[in-house]
Amino acid sequence: MKNEILRMENITKIYSNGITANKGVYFSICESEIHALVGENGAGKSTLMKILFGLEQPDDGEIYLNNSRISITSPSLAIKNGIGMVHQHFMLVPSLTVAENVVLGLEPRNKGFFDYKKAVAITEELAQKYNLFVDPNSIVEDLPVGMKQKIEILKALYRGAKILILDEPTAVLTPQETVELFNQLMHLKNSGHTIIFISHKLNEVKQISDRVTIMRNGRNVGVFNTSDVSENDISRLMVGRDVVFKLDKNIKKLGKTILNVKNLNYTSETGKKVLKNISFSVRGGEILGIAGVEGNGQRELVEIITGLRNYYEGEIVIDNIRINNLSIKEIRELGTSHIPEDRMVYGVAAQGTIEENIISDRFYKKELNHRILMNIKKVSDISKDLIKEYKIKCSSSKQKVSMLSGGNIQKVVVAREFSSNPKLLIADQPTRGIDIGATEFIHKKIIQLRDSGTAILLVSADLNEILEVSDSLIVMYGGEIVAYFDDTANVTEEELGMYMLGLKRQSHDEIGRVIYE
Amino acid sequence: MNKDNIFEIFRTLMAIVISLILAFIIIFFISKQPYVALSKFLLGPLSKTRYFSNVLEMAIPLTFTGLAICIMFKANQFNLGAEGAFFMGAVTATIIGIKFSLPGLIHPILAIVCGGIIGGIFLFIPAFLKVKWNANELVSSLMLNYVMFYLGIYIVNYYLRDSNAGAMVSYKLKTTALLPNLIPKTRLHYGILIAILMIIITYFFLFRTKWGYAIRMVGFNSKFAIYSGINNKSVILYSQIIGGIIAGIGGATELLGMYSRFQWQNLPGYGWDGVIVAILSRNNPVLVPIAAFFLSYLRIGADLMARITDVPSEVVSVIQALVIMLVAAESFLAKWKHRVIAKKAIEEIKAEEVNMNEQYI
Ligand SMILES: Nc1ncnc2c1ncn2[C@@H]1O[C@H](COP(=O)(O)OP(=O)(O)OP(=O)(O)O)[C@@H](O)[C@H]1O
Ligand SMILES: [Mg+2]
Repeated sequence: MKNEILRMENITKIYSNGITANKGVYFSICESEIHALVGENGAGKSTLMKILFGLEQPDDGEIYLNNSRISITSPSLAIKNGIGMVHQHFMLVPSLTVAENVVLGLEPRNKGFFDYKKAVAITEELAQKYNLFVDPNSIVEDLPVGMKQKIEILKALYRGAKILILDEPTAVLTPQETVELFNQLMHLKNSGHTIIFISHKLNEVKQISDRVTIMRNGRNVGVFNTSDVSENDISRLMVGRDVVFKLDKNIKKLGKTILNVKNLNYTSETGKKVLKNISFSVRGGEILGIAGVEGNGQRELVEIITGLRNYYEGEIVIDNIRINNLSIKEIRELGTSHIPEDRMVYGVAAQGTIEENIISDRFYKKELNHRILMNIKKVSDISKDLIKEYKIKCSSSKQKVSMLSGGNIQKVVVAREFSSNPKLLIADQPTRGIDIGATEFIHKKIIQLRDSGTAILLVSADLNEILEVSDSLIVMYGGEIVAYFDDTANVTEEELGMYMLGLKRQSHDEIGRVIYE
Repeated sequence: MNKDNIFEIFRTLMAIVISLILAFIIIFFISKQPYVALSKFLLGPLSKTRYFSNVLEMAIPLTFTGLAICIMFKANQFNLGAEGAFFMGAVTATIIGIKFSLPGLIHPILAIVCGGIIGGIFLFIPAFLKVKWNANELVSSLMLNYVMFYLGIYIVNYYLRDSNAGAMVSYKLKTTALLPNLIPKTRLHYGILIAILMIIITYFFLFRTKWGYAIRMVGFNSKFAIYSGINNKSVILYSQIIGGIIAGIGGATELLGMYSRFQWQNLPGYGWDGVIVAILSRNNPVLVPIAAFFLSYLRIGADLMARITDVPSEVVSVIQALVIMLVAAESFLAKWKHRVIAKKAIEEIKAEEVNMNEQYI
């Protein structure tokens, strides 16, 4: 075994609301290894890492760096000790450029003033050295998540991180981006860095990590050389039972067309043509997947269908009603549900309670209101039922959402959107950051909805998910539909990849089959 | 009431105690008769019914403006126009009180209702500018305060001014319009009941109705609200209109309860104090009267102290600043709270571990 570089002993962490996130955890990592940290949603992974990064203080336990005890009371101390972290929810300043973000807080100066040129040079040099290519001058806001992540990594490296904590880095990445990230991680590892890698995707854990630590319910339940354990072993230790990866889908009954998108064109505020002549339909009882590398128009498409984005050409019809001039509320009232791509931006009010977040789409409805006042008992009952049904790990339905773990926040969103009996469900990365047990659960729920006649549009960066869950699929590239497959059973990942990268495209007629009246 | 609220209250009390201690230290340094000063400051308001009544009288307008600002802050709208709306509410009540002849009960009700409407109309302006052109409501409402102030002064001086009175004051209001006193020999008036009613209404509105829910969600995360289908433009509008209405009602009530004619030549400042009250009460309507009472107690205590001893009443401003700083500092005493909770949890974990070990054996 290589040299141990850092050790956490007997770490206990109790949050101020009384939740114990870590219970006597022992955790150790070696020099230049990639160490995976896995566990169910709410197992305490992020908490343990926040302690290591000085964002949270443990209530008990010690941390040893190279066998000497250190105390990490703030992120700046962590950075001084060579520990860097990329968070599950990014912490970049959207209005600044890439270079400004990278050097933020440690800006190069020239005669006392911020030296932007130098910042750009530094960013370029780092990017070169670690194979993390970014454009230092672009504004962070406009970048796809994969880019944002690279910036976060560069930020940590610029601050001299030797130990790099990546909290679910691949949850937001496309397969291509993941491959790229893994190359970069190997590169970092070979240059002497140690990487702690949190992920719910066990195939990735198997692929990239040297060792794996498994957490369950706030405890460390085992450390293994990754090569000694199978995916099944890991999931059994995590969840306490076998997880079935295969979904059994019934034979489907197709209903009438619910969503009809006709000749949709959209030009972004910056004048870029983002969507070109998009036409497709989804029928009741059908799951249509949208595959594609992120940034090929999927986000805009979803936002247009759900009413978040306006000023487009073409026509969108939901259940025979043209929605071009409808408000979001009216679109929702037609029976549309939407799981947004970024849960922290759109999906929840983090300062609100679980209850408040669960009723946001229906709070005004008769069933939740007396004549003037709201029926708070009903609100509470609905929330408690959903918490139970979706196994949201929390202390009560009045707990603030900001105090939930990432995966449990996602479950709040999913619970709300699935429970409104939708006719049309737009699911954008529905299982992002969700553990395997819960992913299985959500997939089953999606299929259940489909079987009850809901039309489902599934957008996912996870090819496995797309191929496994959806019935038919379209591929988007450069703002266009470049392929349509009416049965996902006949598609291979390789073939899909060719279309996603724009190396191949189907004929006009083939694509046209995705339109029904 | 849950644990968090209890802790919040305790924390606020601690902030008050600490700032009072600091104030005492200051008083000890600057005063030749510190003990007299202290006792006047702390106990003066309790020494006579009239003084205590003064505290309550002053708490009434503070409650109104505090509530008004609470609602707007809850929606994340930093509209500071409550000051002007309060002033215009009083001017409106003056007009109704002088120009109309109505029977007793109806006259003040009409005056107060009109005061509220005028307040609402004025604070609609910054809200509208925000919805229409995304103009910052903080800036436009601050400017609007001057508009309201000079408009009010103009109306009073040109149309309602009593030229027989020595000072720049309006005619006397008809006695039918005035709010009667509640307790004889004090100036405490029926406005306190209106204030209490307003607290209850505001609380239920914010926390128990769908409109209040929408306000809070927009305040938490407006993107989330929009995504959920909440019409955030209408929330921006009605939260500020309601804030204006409450402030206007407050101004009208104050005028009808405390004065027999309009005599302000400056903005009375209750709108600014309302911001302090809203911050102290953490935008919770139920805590607004307590914060208003506290602020008003300090003011009256300081007045009494300044009247009798050599300590200037400005000391209160120092205390005020200290309290607000400590209350606003989120993590003040958070460690203590954490320790209390952690201790219990650690014991539970230990017990759990013993259990687990027993199972293995
Ligand atoms: N700021 C907080 N305040 C209170 N409780 C918290 C806070 N953050 C996390 N928790 C709780 O601590 C537990 C562990 O959360 P943590 O975020 O460490 O989980 P995780 O293993 O990272 O899960 P996920 O895979 O869903 O991200 C959860 O039950 C969560 O509700
Ligand atoms: Mg996490």
